[in-house]
Amino acid sequence: MAFQILLNILIAIIWVALQNSYTFLDFLIGFIVGALVLLVLQNVLRFDFYMRRVYAGIKLILLFIKELILSNIDMIKIVLSPKLNNQPGIVAVPTQLETEWEVTLLASIVSLTPGTLSMDFSEDGQTIYIHNIHVPDREEMIREIQEKFERAIMEVTR
Amino acid sequence: MTEILISIFVLIGAFFSLLGSVGILRLPDVYGRIHAATKSATLGVISTMIGTFLYFLLFDGVFVGKLLLVILFVFLTAPVAAQIISRSAHRIGVPLWTESRTDELKATYPENYQELHRPTESPTEEESRGQT
Repeated sequence: MAFQILLNILIAIIWVALQNSYTFLDFLIGFIVGALVLLVLQNVLRFDFYMRRVYAGIKLILLFIKELILSNIDMIKIVLSPKLNNQPGIVAVPTQLETEWEVTLLASIVSLTPGTLSMDFSEDGQTIYIHNIHVPDREEMIREIQEKFERAIMEVTR
Repeated sequence: MTEILISIFVLIGAFFSLLGSVGILRLPDVYGRIHAATKSATLGVISTMIGTFLYFLLFDGVFVGKLLLVILFVFLTAPVAAQIISRSAHRIGVPLWTESRTDELKATYPENYQELHRPTESPTEEESRGQT
């Protein structure tokens, strides 16, 4: 992965030198050309093209922004309702993510989307304890977190 | 046209910040208040910063990277602060709201953990009655 990025930047620098005009725009064009070269080469040399991960990362960010807005609307409903009738609770959510980076990312995303707040981790890091402002159905909430965010994070890191 | 767009961003930001304050006042326990304080404020800060960024970009023609960095750092710090505050509160036995359904975190502590770590002066009788 790191090797591919270096190769891509190297191609961009060669491109800039060949163009003999050292501007940011030329570097950008060189970078795109380098990405295209890598895209063609991935079938020959059999490596995993790193732009796939970049694409997955962008998808994760878009998903996160969508969730941020939707759950903020839910939060508005709870805060501005005349009578507080939400049922908060702390739920243990098991996760299949393995490395510390992945679990940290999941916990941060869960914390940043309103309505959920990651409070603590189990010793082995496989369970996140999440405080939810409105948890009518425990299983539903666990499934939601696992299917939405966990899968998107896995696509980025694996 | 651009003025309207920028105004919408800034007004949404102000609205969410106001909502966060209302949430802090209305919600009954410390965990709910952390929700209101960190989350609504996060979106409020983000959209205010985007509005400011667009203003400088479109009217003055200046690309102010600092404003984008503010968004990044809010994203980095808000979840960490929320997690540490809520975890500390739960460990020293700050009670959840009486309407709370489940508390699966308490079962993982050693016996009498919360009682041992409770500060001496607080909480009062009335507050600890809410604890199940």
